[in-house]
Amino acid sequence: MPVLAVEKDLDRHLLTVTAEFAAPVERVWALYADPRRLERHWGPPGAPATFVRHELVPGARSHYYMTGPDGERTDGMWIVREVDAPRSFEVDDAFADEHGEPKAETGFMRMRADFAPVDGGTRVTFVSTFESTEQLQQMLEMGMEEGLTLAMGQIDDLLAEEGASV
Amino acid sequence: MSADWRIICNQMVVDVDLAQVEIDRIFQALADATRRDILTRVIEREQSVSALAGAYRMSLPAVQKHVSVLERAGLIGKTRHGREQHVHAEPQRIRLARELLDRYEVLWRHRIAAMDALLAEDPAHRSKE
Repeated sequence: MPVLAVEKDLDRHLLTVTAEFAAPVERVWALYADPRRLERHWGPPGAPATFVRHELVPGARSHYYMTGPDGERTDGMWIVREVDAPRSFEVDDAFADEHGEPKAETGFMRMRADFAPVDGGTRVTFVSTFESTEQLQQMLEMGMEEGLTLAMGQIDDLLAEEGASV
Repeated sequence: MSADWRIICNQMVVDVDLAQVEIDRIFQALADATRRDILTRVIEREQSVSALAGAYRMSLPAVQKHVSVLERAGLIGKTRHGREQHVHAEPQRIRLARELLDRYEVLWRHRIAAMDALLAEDPAHRSKE
């Protein structure tokens, strides 16, 4: 099963997910470096992402949008903070306007990913940090709530798929 | 500010209207190790405040203070039994506290399953990285 561990720190508004993939580091890294691959897994269920602009280099700004089940569009953006290819990267993720400018009212969520080779594959640790409980709630409401509600019913299928594909 | 929360637990869908200030109270209440421990004990069984106080190296008023923080957050309730106050857990509210990060966990599980499927779909590909 790819997901090895999930840790939640309620006090620090932090979620750590550790996963292992049966592929070399470079291929797993490409899932984030290549916008055409990134958009196939970044969006929440029921709201696929389209990356208008993306380059995983420090200082770059990515722009993407998610298309919800009713066709409504929600824009997001990344500010790439740190890149040590193919070992780690850190980005700030925010909701955005249609030009990819971050919306100040919802703030930024920081996401860090560390990639390490392990026997037969790659272990990735994702750490997501929110600024506050309020922000976490807003993020969930604005971009993810609908998709996630849909996903609740599909989660067993997803987990079964995960198990079968290893 | 309030939100419509669709909470899915035990195959039951419950609509809860929860104000932001209430969510903050929940998180603040759970940010303390003693209060988390008190909560764990009363989830196991309802008990009096004085019985709870016996479990900690702190004064009864100090324990009462923790209990009232948990009560204000709606995580526990109190009922009077003669001269004693009994403390019980409010499981529905406790589930809500986990709900925010649980949803985010679902998103990540979805992403990781999607990443895994992508890697399986195109095994011959080698990154140009």
